[in-house]
Amino acid sequence: MSLDTVAKAVANPDTPQPFAELGLKSDEYASIKEILGRRPTSSELAMYSVMWSEHCSYKSSKVHLKQFGDKAVKTDALLVGIGENAGVVDVGQGYAVTFKIESHNHPSYIEPYQGAATGVGGIVRDILTMGARPIAVMDPLRFGPADAPDTRRVLPGVIAGVGGYGNCLGLPNIGGEVVFDETYLGNPLVNALCIGVMKHSDIKLAKAAGAGNLVVLYGAKTGGDGIGGVSVLASETFESKGPAKRPAVQVGDPFVEKVLIECSLEIFAEDLVVGIQDLGGAGLSCATSELASGGSGGMKVQLEKVPLRDPSLSPEEILMSESQERMCAIVEPSKIDRFLEICKKWDVTSTVIGEVTDGTHLEITFNGELIVDVPPRTVAHDGPVYKRPLAQPAYIDLVAKEIINPPLPKTAQEIRETMLKVAATPNLADKSWVTDQYDRYVQGNTIQSQPDDSGMVRIDEVTHLGVAVATDANANWSYLNPYEGAKLALAEAARNIATAGAKPLAVTNCLNFGSPEDPGVMWQFAETVRGLADGCLEMGLPVTGGNVSFYNQTGSIAILPTPVIGVLGVIDDVRTRTPMSFKDAGLELYLLGETDDNLSGSEWAYIHGLRGGIAPIADLQREMRLIELLVAGNKSALFTAAHDLSQGGLAITLIEMVLRHRVGANVNLANPGIDLLSETPGRVVVAVESSKASELQALAAKHDIALAKLGTTGGDALVINDSSISLAELHTAHTETFKKLFG
Amino acid sequence: MKIGVVTFPGTLDDRDAARAVRFAGGEAVELWHDDAELKGVDAVILPGGFSYGDYLRCGAISRFSPIMEPLIAAAQGGMPLLGICNGFQVLAEAHLIPGALTRNQHLHFLCTDQPIRIENNNTAWTKSFSKDQEIVIPLKNGEGSYQCDDETLKMLEGEGRIIARYVGENPNGSRNLIAGITNERGNIVGLMPHPEHAIDSLTGPSADGLGFFTSVLTSLVSGGVK
Repeated sequence: MSLDTVAKAVANPDTPQPFAELGLKSDEYASIKEILGRRPTSSELAMYSVMWSEHCSYKSSKVHLKQFGDKAVKTDALLVGIGENAGVVDVGQGYAVTFKIESHNHPSYIEPYQGAATGVGGIVRDILTMGARPIAVMDPLRFGPADAPDTRRVLPGVIAGVGGYGNCLGLPNIGGEVVFDETYLGNPLVNALCIGVMKHSDIKLAKAAGAGNLVVLYGAKTGGDGIGGVSVLASETFESKGPAKRPAVQVGDPFVEKVLIECSLEIFAEDLVVGIQDLGGAGLSCATSELASGGSGGMKVQLEKVPLRDPSLSPEEILMSESQERMCAIVEPSKIDRFLEICKKWDVTSTVIGEVTDGTHLEITFNGELIVDVPPRTVAHDGPVYKRPLAQPAYIDLVAKEIINPPLPKTAQEIRETMLKVAATPNLADKSWVTDQYDRYVQGNTIQSQPDDSGMVRIDEVTHLGVAVATDANANWSYLNPYEGAKLALAEAARNIATAGAKPLAVTNCLNFGSPEDPGVMWQFAETVRGLADGCLEMGLPVTGGNVSFYNQTGSIAILPTPVIGVLGVIDDVRTRTPMSFKDAGLELYLLGETDDNLSGSEWAYIHGLRGGIAPIADLQREMRLIELLVAGNKSALFTAAHDLSQGGLAITLIEMVLRHRVGANVNLANPGIDLLSETPGRVVVAVESSKASELQALAAKHDIALAKLGTTGGDALVINDSSISLAELHTAHTETFKKLFG
Repeated sequence: MKIGVVTFPGTLDDRDAARAVRFAGGEAVELWHDDAELKGVDAVILPGGFSYGDYLRCGAISRFSPIMEPLIAAAQGGMPLLGICNGFQVLAEAHLIPGALTRNQHLHFLCTDQPIRIENNNTAWTKSFSKDQEIVIPLKNGEGSYQCDDETLKMLEGEGRIIARYVGENPNGSRNLIAGITNERGNIVGLMPHPEHAIDSLTGPSADGLGFFTSVLTSLVSGGVK
């Protein structure tokens, strides 16, 4: 095929171009022509098509997402906000922490192992790009019904991929979620979160400043994998017909990434780069256009210098390839020798492919012929923006009328059966089958990991400063009321940080939805963003970044609206954290927070096939008082243990507490059905020494949080009123589910 | 006392091993796989990880790293050498100890708090333990199933060279529940579970692992290995 150059584009303005096949609409194609004053070359078309895809341009979500900026609280803690590869927050003592969550949903359905693996790889490079050492990962995952045949194909592959990549990078996996629901059957959600740490002075940005500085591509060679990953895969609905999309899934090599991390950190430590960008979605198209538009705009790249795994790749393919484990750095000429020397030490391929100019265009040549000549902002930032139609879907009013009255246990035998059912149901069962495939110990700083409420890592071995992160979503509530659902997920994630004694500091999010072309889905999305922005403003937490994943839809079946909210918190001394459970008998157990009849959207309702009802209304003022109470109680060493209540209510919280160290409890409940199974938000079980009961009462009164005594710890059974279940029996029910399902 | 910790490309637990050495009271010295000498260290640890991405076979490429030449010579001369997980695999590939580590029988990566029993407390790395002491340290690997032929197994059992065995259910299909073995002289130890992740109950399941590091410091002070 002959090379399509800028000269040819000018000479042959009417050559037909495959814009539709590349995912561009005809009006989008028209505006590219208008920007350039001519038709794009095939290479330019390739770049615009990937960069203007939904995945890269946020064209459907942008108009909503700007609320995160508009409603943001003023905070000194935010060092780098939305727009860079990841947000950065100040955690004190000169440390800055960066964290972000991203989706890799579509590739993980097509090819579970590689899809999940490269999801981890991509988010880790985003964190590294900020100048940080990655210190931990988390993976919120959602699948179709646990017993569905396709879940048995997807889930083991995803788990092995998350583990295979993260373990080989030496990153502890400190938490996440595994949730099953039939709407995820054709659209599993694989979200990956990474946390990194650096000193304030080490923050790096994606900008190509300084004419004459060199553009260096380093890491893996470029191959034909992942071409069109963002435009073809992540921005379209799956249809049952059509060609296999396997070639659009990237293939990862964690060993190359591990070496790339160490090599990059050594380069950063010697201050050898002016700007840096990783190559993820949209590959070189994204990296060059974002770096150039981060600077003054001028950059020249000689594309034939890009090292290739497959020499037959065309320039268009080189620009679109999403081959993994690559980075692009801007380096001053005086520092290039040292830069290349460090790459050589780590056996990392590095090549100067161009330079920064004082012009305003990104110019790419291939063997001397000009094939791209564009203002880089038009590629990277000035993509189309859609105000898509939205309308409250009809189901909202219909389900609100449903009466949610699943059978509630009353007798001793019914309580016993209920507890065993809750312990074993896939959404609440022990997840060790999953998390035992992840390394949680590497780096030697893990303080908390699954099944704790949050993951916690130490970031300074001398001062014991640490950070905690939790991710949460309650899609059942978001389905009933996406505005409240987002607020409730935010509150839950913040509470999960606070139970350990950490103070919530910042928020990231991964918003997983169906097709934005469906007005109902778009309404769910808009309501979610509005709820999250309002919630963050009320709680005083900045949103540092996030990710939107649309088109999680097979045919007309969209997934439940699933906003996964990540909250980062800081704890001054990890040694003093409040653990989630107790090791001793004779402690008193209390419930903080009131219990109402909130069975709508509960796990108990879901078990009984009931989806409807009315979601709880978030009371964020009360949530904030509860968080303050938890942090204050931790500071004064009041709590022996604290554990959040969420999906599964008090029932699963008690089960998890007694099974953790195999110490039982004796609990009295006036209204066992609602007390055990309602999912009223804003509740926590705490264990205290009996001598501290009055201190707890005073603290609860001070923060205006309801307090009720549940019982005492001890024994080898969980006793609820007159119903006794041995820990051995409970343990079997809780741990057998995954082994039976997945072997 | 200086304990070297070798970093190969893809090594992961090097900083953890160095921390464990410091916790035990020793001085940790970074050794790079491309180094041609051992910087005067008194003992060496080959830490865990995925050196060279486990390409070909685990440990098969690292075994040919430049540092292995002086290291093998020193270990054959009696210098204490501990290979943990991937380090154990490197020792096996270098034929410093017999046998091989193969894919876990259940074919999954497994990370678990593993009880093991110290059966030989006469090696450079196990002196701090009492015989038959049971400890809990993390086990985390995908290829940790120890295999050897019947004759080798008989020899290892007969000579008391199985230094640690898994307690309870066999976690990976290792022959005779082998978690770690030593060479004839007792200075080289290969161990599948990770003592460097259990030096402090804050970050590990216990502080039981510290004994491996205090052992070697004691051995060195008392005039080396038998």
